[in-house]
Amino acid sequence: MKVAVLVKHVPDTETRIQVKPGDKKINEEGVTYIISPFDEFAMEEALLLRERLGDVQITAVALGPQKATEALRTCLALGADDAILVSDPAFEGADAYVTAKALAAALKGGNYDLILAGKQAVDDDAAYVGTAVAEFLDLPVINLVTKLEVNKAAGTAVAARDLDGYSQVIEVKLPAVFTAQKGLNNPRLPALMGIMKAKKKEIRTLNAQALGLAPNELGAEGAKVEVKEMFVPSKARKNKVLTGAPAETAPELVKLLAEEAKVL
Amino acid sequence: MAKDIWAFIEARDGKPRKISLEAIGKAKELAGARGVKLGAVVIGADAGAAAAEVAKYGPDVVYAAEDAKLKDYSTEPYARVLGDLVKEHSPAVVVFGVSILAKDLAARLAARLGASLAGDVVGLEGDGELVATRPVYAGKAQTKVGFKGEPVFLTIRPNVFPAATPDGKTAEVVKVSPKFEDKDFRVQVKETIIPKKERVDVLEADIIVSGGRGMKAPENYAIIEKLADQLGAAVGASRAAVDAGWRPYSDQVGQTGKVVGPNLYVACGISGAIQHLVGMSSSKVIVAINKDPDAPIFKVCDYGIVGDLFEVVPAVTEEVRKRKG
Ligand SMILES: Cc1cc2nc3c(=O)[nH]c(=O)nc-3n(C[C@H](O)[C@H](O)[C@H](O)COP(=O)(O)OP(=O)(O)OC[C@H]3O[C@@H](n4cnc5c(N)ncnc54)[C@H](O)[C@@H]3O)c2cc1C
Ligand SMILES: Nc1ncnc2c1ncn2[C@@H]1O[C@H](COP(=O)(O)O)[C@@H](O)[C@H]1O
Repeated sequence: MKVAVLVKHVPDTETRIQVKPGDKKINEEGVTYIISPFDEFAMEEALLLRERLGDVQITAVALGPQKATEALRTCLALGADDAILVSDPAFEGADAYVTAKALAAALKGGNYDLILAGKQAVDDDAAYVGTAVAEFLDLPVINLVTKLEVNKAAGTAVAARDLDGYSQVIEVKLPAVFTAQKGLNNPRLPALMGIMKAKKKEIRTLNAQALGLAPNELGAEGAKVEVKEMFVPSKARKNKVLTGAPAETAPELVKLLAEEAKVL
Repeated sequence: MAKDIWAFIEARDGKPRKISLEAIGKAKELAGARGVKLGAVVIGADAGAAAAEVAKYGPDVVYAAEDAKLKDYSTEPYARVLGDLVKEHSPAVVVFGVSILAKDLAARLAARLGASLAGDVVGLEGDGELVATRPVYAGKAQTKVGFKGEPVFLTIRPNVFPAATPDGKTAEVVKVSPKFEDKDFRVQVKETIIPKKERVDVLEADIIVSGGRGMKAPENYAIIEKLADQLGAAVGASRAAVDAGWRPYSDQVGQTGKVVGPNLYVACGISGAIQHLVGMSSSKVIVAINKDPDAPIFKVCDYGIVGDLFEVVPAVTEEVRKRKG
């Protein structure tokens, strides 16, 4: 079986996000990058599928600048067989729609039985790309899976997914796209052996031309939404911190909540 | 002719959900500013009942797509129905209230139609050019985005925009007969699991009381639940509490849990790690109860009490009970 895993290289969740006035993106100075946490669940699931089913070929795919190869290198160290970097200066200004178009083009013809992505990338928080890739490849998508079982012989998968306050068990004929949610598994860390092996594996780079994308489908031109402004919201909090015996602080708090904040 | 503004309505037990009334509220405002009609769409196996209810909240027309095949939510049949309606009537904007279902549906259909999608919208300027404000980097930053082309799909965050209220009129309900294609049913729902739950979900709640590692043991959540009962609140948890197995994952607030924005968020025994803060920092009022005066949560709270939560929380519960009479 062939499995593709979509991984995005994003700022570490610990990063303090700063935006220079007038800029439309974050200040990248000193920011460390990681694989988006939900994509780690996707990658782990691919590894688990291989452990369960045996013959599973895993391809990690990322769209981003050259440095996104770090994310792919990590996937190779974890056990991906090969990796594709979709990269082109023309993608500057791309939104989730353009990203999905390009990733779909990179996946097309690859005969993947499963395409695994994260439920959302923790930078743009769009929760869009996995679903849009499915649409562009005319595949079904099951979002937010917390359990995935593949029946190789039948060519089907059964997944559990969360909805609002309930969950569903769903069966789908492969190929299909799945987006991973916390609870699916516990991602492992790369082992030293894997890291050594990964250095020898090749990462293929595909640019816009190789993907057959027209210039008006790329970057800001192809994007459906345009970032006009980015800023760090300032939220002035009251910061009234009470100390003392609960017999005094508790009534004081409740009074403030009722009379000052008016939330009771 | 100027194009209509629509709201997508999610119904449960024949009634529109609160987030959907907020979607109508926002859509109504936009339609009013532009002097265009307001439409609402209800899809489901019992859409008719909810449509009759929605008709009272100010739309000019309600489209009700009722079909037994729509009983269980599945992305593609719903996308087919809404997509066909959008193609037929070409609304300028469709407003959805954020939910897992709505985000799933809006994403699939936006990709299909090439619609411009902005998710988790927390601000909207709509009298001239449409500009939406949405959080990125888990709320550590926000962007203002403009749109290229129509339709525009917006999913709006709960508890940000006011819900519509009945306006004394009743709109016309137009019944729609869905036309499906075979491939809409590539996915089959085998089973629906509804957990036993008496309490409101953190995403729907106006007030949330959360407990973290400071709770020390699962049975101690009884004191959080008592306060939540007094306040009519949902119970939330930090990841530390969820990872310890004290609370279900569905209660987790934060980067890898739910992003909430209630009127009041009470954090008990939670230190205030950045991944927790991004999940609740848009709450209107934040209260922290922690025994460590240097806990980072105190830097981002409106009101705090330094003290042992096992004494403070019951005392607060008692005060609330007294005040509510
Ligand atoms: C990628 C990633 C994603 C994450 N996602 C999330 C997420 O979604 N949600 C989340 O919450 N965390 C998340 N975390 C974890 C986060 O970094 C913290 O570890 C976690 O929030 C800590 O939980 P806590 O505040 O309950 O525990 P602690 O940090 O251990 O804090 C416990 C607090 O309780 C106080 N306390 C103890 N006893 C008492 C008492 N008797 N009375 C009063 N106060 C007391 C202590 O002073 C302390 O401040 C994530 C981390 C990573 C790396
Ligand atoms: N640039 C990218 N490269 C690879 N995968 C991506 C990229 N952007 C998004 N994805 C995948 O799509 C998921 C959802 O992303 P988003 O829609 O941006 O929130 C992510 O978790 C990834 O699995």
